Amino acid sequence: MAEPTNDARTGLLAWRVSPLAHLAERMRDAAVTGARGVTLSEWPFVSMVNVRVDPASAAATRIEKTLGAPLPREYGQTTTSGGHTAFWLGPDEWLVLSQAEAGAVVAELREALAADPGSVVDVSANRTTLELSGPAARQVLEKGCPLDLHPRVFGPGRAVSTTVGPIAVLLWQVDDGPTYRLLPRSSFADYLARWLIDAMSEYRGPELP
Amino acid sequence: MLLINCPWCGPHNESEYHYGGQAHVPYPENPAGLDDRQWAEYVFYRDNPKGPFAERWMHSHGCRRWFNALRDTVSYEVLATYRLDEPRPEPRVTDPAGEQR
Repeated sequence: MAEPTNDARTGLLAWRVSPLAHLAERMRDAAVTGARGVTLSEWPFVSMVNVRVDPASAAATRIEKTLGAPLPREYGQTTTSGGHTAFWLGPDEWLVLSQAEAGAVVAELREALAADPGSVVDVSANRTTLELSGPAARQVLEKGCPLDLHPRVFGPGRAVSTTVGPIAVLLWQVDDGPTYRLLPRSSFADYLARWLIDAMSEYRGPELP
Repeated sequence: MLLINCPWCGPHNESEYHYGGQAHVPYPENPAGLDDRQWAEYVFYRDNPKGPFAERWMHSHGCRRWFNALRDTVSYEVLATYRLDEPRPEPRVTDPAGEQR
């Protein structure tokens, strides 16, 4: 056996299968166009890092400097800078989504945390990302989400933990399209994708009074 | 369906929460000195008041933090919610008959 090298790692990455790879075609076929349009797709393999640290500590300040953006301090807030987006999960807990390679982000943030109390953990495989987009997207979510998603309350840049159907997700609105991203645990993603495909199907037909 | 005000996240549906039983049950100061009956009372025996009851809840589909709630066991109204490091607030209500509970 050869020593694991960067080449070997790249080779292994080619073998990765995302939690919804088997439903890619079903999700594509479920797309609805027009005034009541809605589309569903998976964004596989997004780097995710869970950060826990006392928000009032010097370590939090160093982490914010490394990220290039403040860690959001309130329920529902997100902050974005460069390729990183930080989500509020709790008063001392955040999820950082990144376009960079997870290992590199973890190394950077651990260096910022240093020996202070807290944790930085690569949780990329914990969740997958579903993107639900189009004029009817909010109506689809409202079939199974207890939150008020009306624009007067919820809008672009907001992200909250909640449930869609019976599945716990981190629900993030990206733009006014509206486009939502749903981050369920990987093992629940299959059920959630099928739930959404089913919920989207009514928008193919004409609107009933 | 209860609307419960999480101290960190604001009002959310009951379905996002988990119930955790009676609040303010202190761990015995000298556990080794308890006899079986006292252990049983610490582990299993809980108040069952008619009226305001302090209980623990966790926002399991949200911030995943434990907090305390004061709930009226007659009307199911959640009278107050407060963080674990805050003292139990005084119940502010009187029931419809005007009787102070």
